[in-house]
Amino acid sequence: MLDAVSAETLARIQFAFTVSFHIIFPAFSIGLASYLAVLNAQWLRTRDRTYLTLFDYWKKIFAVAFGMGVVSGIVMSYQFGTNWSVFSDRAGPVVGPLMAYEVLSAFFLEAGFLGIMLFGREKVGERLHMFATAMVAFGTLLSATWILSVNSWMQTPAGYSINDAGQFVPEDWWAIVFNPSFPYRLMHMVLAAYLTTAFVVAGAAGWQMLRGTATAATRKMFSMAMWMAVIVTPLQIYAGDLHGINTLEHQPAKVMAMEGHYDSHPDGAPLILFGIPNAEEKRIDHAVEIPKLSSLILKHDLNAPLDGLDTIPDDDEPPVGIVFWSFRVMVALGFAMLGMGLWSLWRRRKDTLFEGRWFHRAAVAMGPSGFVAVLAGWITTEVGRQPFTVYGLMRTSDSLSPVEAPAVATSLLVFIVVYFFVFGAGTVYLLRLMGKAPEDTGLDPTAEGPLRTAGITPAPQLHPDAIPGE
Amino acid sequence: MFDLPTIWAAIIAFAVLTYVILDGFDLGVGILFPFARTDRDRDIMMNSVAPVWDGNETWLVMGGGGLFAVFPMAYAVIMPALYMPIVLMLLALVFRGVAFEYRWRVVRWRGLWDWAFIGGSTVAAFCQGVALGALVQGIEVEGRAYAGGTWDWLTPFSLLTGAALVVGYALLGATWLVMKTETDLQGLMRRFAWPLAAGTLGLIGLVSLLTPFQDPVYFDRWFAFPAVLYSVGVPTLLLLDALVLFRGLRDGHDYTPFLASLGIFVVSFIGIGISFYPMMVPPALTIAEAAAPDSSLAFALVGTVILVPMILAYTAYAYWVFRGKVDPDAGYH
Repeated sequence: MLDAVSAETLARIQFAFTVSFHIIFPAFSIGLASYLAVLNAQWLRTRDRTYLTLFDYWKKIFAVAFGMGVVSGIVMSYQFGTNWSVFSDRAGPVVGPLMAYEVLSAFFLEAGFLGIMLFGREKVGERLHMFATAMVAFGTLLSATWILSVNSWMQTPAGYSINDAGQFVPEDWWAIVFNPSFPYRLMHMVLAAYLTTAFVVAGAAGWQMLRGTATAATRKMFSMAMWMAVIVTPLQIYAGDLHGINTLEHQPAKVMAMEGHYDSHPDGAPLILFGIPNAEEKRIDHAVEIPKLSSLILKHDLNAPLDGLDTIPDDDEPPVGIVFWSFRVMVALGFAMLGMGLWSLWRRRKDTLFEGRWFHRAAVAMGPSGFVAVLAGWITTEVGRQPFTVYGLMRTSDSLSPVEAPAVATSLLVFIVVYFFVFGAGTVYLLRLMGKAPEDTGLDPTAEGPLRTAGITPAPQLHPDAIPGE
Repeated sequence: MFDLPTIWAAIIAFAVLTYVILDGFDLGVGILFPFARTDRDRDIMMNSVAPVWDGNETWLVMGGGGLFAVFPMAYAVIMPALYMPIVLMLLALVFRGVAFEYRWRVVRWRGLWDWAFIGGSTVAAFCQGVALGALVQGIEVEGRAYAGGTWDWLTPFSLLTGAALVVGYALLGATWLVMKTETDLQGLMRRFAWPLAAGTLGLIGLVSLLTPFQDPVYFDRWFAFPAVLYSVGVPTLLLLDALVLFRGLRDGHDYTPFLASLGIFVVSFIGIGISFYPMMVPPALTIAEAAAPDSSLAFALVGTVILVPMILAYTAYAYWVFRGKVDPDAGYH
C-alpha cells in the first residue's frame, strides 16, 4: 500500500499535521499572554482582587498551553530539515536568519521570563513580576512577527537573487522582512489570536454561568471577552478584506480558488456564496451567487473585470475545493463572531449580559470558534499557494528531502498517535481547569507562603471568598 | 581564520554546548526520576528544574534554527541522515515537556506522566548521543544532499555514544540535585554521583579510544603539530575536573560536584571540536562549503552579537531568582 503513496505526499501530510497542531497553541497563547499582562496591570492599578484571581486562574491554563506550544514548536524547527531539506538548503539563507531572529529575540525572552511570571511574584516583587509578564507577552508578539515574515516571504518573495547552486541569496533585508504581504498577514494573525483567546475566555465563562458556579471573576472575564469581540471583530473583518486585496495583487490564483472563479468575468464577477466545486468540469455546481459583488469587494467597482483560473496554466493551479471551502468556513465564523459581539452589546445595554441561557449557550458553542477559524484561514492561504513553497519560484515537489517513503510513513504514524494522545490529554486538562470557576484564594500575593489567619484578624473577614486554613 | 563562517561555526558550537550543559542536567533529573524514594522527592526534583527547563530547551531550537540559518546545506544534509534519531528525540521531548504541567493536573494518571517524563528524558538523551556518534562516524554526501540510507546512523559506535550521554546527563542531574536539595534526597543523589561519575569518565575514555577507528583523520588532527599542544591539555583538564568532582563528593560540598561535572562536559566538547575542525559534517563537508552566503551570515551576526549577551544576562537573572535550595512547599500548582 505504501508504494501507492509517494514520500512527497506523506511529507506534506506530516507537515500539515504537525503545523496545524502547533498553530493551535500559539493562536491561544499569544492572546492569553497579552490578556495576562492586562489583568496583572489592572490588579496593580486598581488593587481589585478580581483581577488577581483572574490572573492566577488563567496563568495555570497559560502554562499548560504554552508547554504544548513549546514542544510542538521544537518539532517544527526540525521538520524543515528532516522532510524538506532541499527547500532548507535553497531557501535557508533567506528564511533561516529570520527564524534565528525569532529564536534569539522571542523564544528566549518568553522562556527566560516565563518562570518568573509563573513562580516568581513573591521572589522578585510586584514591579519586576509585572515586567516579566509584559516581556512574555511581548515575546509572543515578536515571535509571531518573525515567523509571519518568513511565511509571507515564501508567499510574496522579495529582496533576493539566485546563485549558481540554486540558493536564494539575500540582497536587501529590509525588502525581505517587509515583503509585500507581511504587514497584512501579521495584522490578520495577531487579531485572530486575540479573538481566539477572547472566545475561549467567553466560552469558559458561559459554561460556568450555565452551571451556576459563576463567581464575580467569571462575570468580569465574560464582560472583558465580550468587549474584545465587539471591538476586535470589525477590525479583523477589515484587516481580512485588506489582506484579500493584497493577495489578489500578488497571488491572483489563490483568490480565484477562494472565490471559485474557474472562468474569467470581463464585466463584473459574481460573489459565489455556496456551491460545489467540480474540479473535473472546472466549474462550481449548484452555485448560489450574487452578481457583481465579488468585483465590488475585490476591486471596489461593480463592473471591474476579474480573471479566472482559465488564465492560469493547469500545472500552477491550487486545489480549488479545499481552498473554496476553508475560506467559507473562516468567513462564516468571522461573521458569527461579529453577531456574538453585537448580541452582547444589546444585552449589555439592557443590563442582561450575565443572564439568558441561550446567550451563554451560544458563548460556549463559540468557545472553539477562533481555533477553527485560524485553521481554516491557514488552510486557505497554504493550500492556495500550492504548488509552490516559494511562490512562483520553487515547487513543493522540488523541495523534498531524499528520504524514503516508509521512513516518512512511520514517523507520520507515530506523530499522529503521539499528538492525539498527548495533546488530547492536554485538552482534557485545559477543559477541566476552565470548567471550574476562578475563585479568590485569599492569599497575600506578595507574602512568602499563604496568608492564612493573619494575627488576630481572621482571614475570612479580610477576604470574604477565602476558606479558613486553605 | 576569523572569517564569517568560522565565527558562525564557533557560535553554533557555543549554542550546542550551552544546550548540552543546561538541558543536560534537566534531562538528567528526568533520567534519575525513577530512583526517587517518595512522591514528595519527585515533586522536589521536578520543581528544581520547572522554572528553567524551557529556557534550557530553547538552546536546542537555537542550535537547529542557527544551523538552518547559517549552514543551510549542513542542516539539509544532517537532518535527513539522522531522520530516525531526530524524530524520536523530538517525540521524546514532547512527552517530557508536557509532563511538567500534566502531572500536577491529575491524580490517577500521575504515574503515567511520571513515566512520560522518565522515558522522554532518557530517550531524548540517548538519541542526542546517537546523533553525535553518527556525526563522528561521518555522513555520506553527494552534490548538496544526503546520499546514504535510512539506517546508516545505527552502529555499535553510535549506540555507545548514546549510552555515554545518558550516563553523563544523569551525572549532571545528580550533582544538580546535590546542589539544589537537602536531607535524604541530597544524600541519595550524592551516592548516585559516584558510580555515574566513574561511568561517565570510563565511557568518555572508551569513545575517545574508538574515535580514530571511525576515521584515521581524527588521529592526525589530534597529533599533528601544533594541535597536539591542545590535545595534551584536554585529557589533563579532564583528569583535574574528575579530581575536583570526587573530592567535592567526598567532602560533602554542594556546588563543586556540579561545577566539576559541567567542566567535564565543556572539556569533552572542546575535544570533539578538535576532532571536527575544519569539518562541518565529517568526512567531507567543510565549514566554508556549508555556509550560507555572507549576506545571511552578516545579517544574523548583528542580532546575535546584540541579543546573545542579553539572553545570557536575563537567563542568569532567572537562575539567580531561583537560586538556593528548592522550597518543598513552593510552586503555583
